[in-house]
Amino acid sequence: MKLRILYFASLHETLGCDAETIDPPPNITTLGALRQWLAGRGGPWQVLAERDDLRMARNQKVARPDSRLDDGDEIAFFPPVTGG
Amino acid sequence: MPDANGEAGELALRIQVQEAAFDTAAELAQLVRPGQSGAQASFTGFVRDFGDAREVCAITLEHYPGMTEAALHDIAQDAARRWPLHAVSIVHRTGRLALGEAIVFVGVTSAHRRAAFAACEFIMDMLKTRAPFWKKEHCADGSAQWVAARHGDTEAAHRWQQAPDAP
Repeated sequence: MKLRILYFASLHETLGCDAETIDPPPNITTLGALRQWLAGRGGPWQVLAERDDLRMARNQKVARPDSRLDDGDEIAFFPPVTGG
Repeated sequence: MPDANGEAGELALRIQVQEAAFDTAAELAQLVRPGQSGAQASFTGFVRDFGDAREVCAITLEHYPGMTEAALHDIAQDAARRWPLHAVSIVHRTGRLALGEAIVFVGVTSAHRRAAFAACEFIMDMLKTRAPFWKKEHCADGSAQWVAARHGDTEAAHRWQQAPDAP
């Protein structure tokens, strides 16, 4: 399963990464599981587990941790929005 | 919920996310439907020198291309379901903006002022909490920091759920 993952604003600075394409293990089937798996990379990636204010989107719509992942999904992680 | 546009005719919708500056007068002029639009309300937001940091000299606005436009479109449509609007225009800039520059324009026209005022405020409250933009403030000493989300913005958005047509 190929996923495109995007990181925005303070998150991409913390991670030193704004986008990546990954193929997670087969047991990663939900957005919440993906987030925990990415946090498990350690170092700066632990921010994904530590910051409880982070938002998630799946295919450009805000999504919950129990959202199922599909091949080709675009996933985004970002801080609360501050436009306007 | 009934479609409030039934009596106002088709909604003219303009959503623009752009780096370039915009002309507020031109944005206002193209919103009016002559003879029908009895009221127009608008909001323009500017870069100010007091944010989370003091002596802010510029900001950088990052956004999520694609999701941003979709979110603004949804917000405008939500407003048009609540009030009988003729036109909605939302223009939001991205990239680096200097102190005093305009960041965002929201304009709406309707037959009556109450709908225009309320819809304009609703759109801004929703934009602040639902549209994926992030602001970074740059200070004169060269430091920069991401702006933190404000609890008051979340509360402002929530009031619309409790009171459907007025804050």
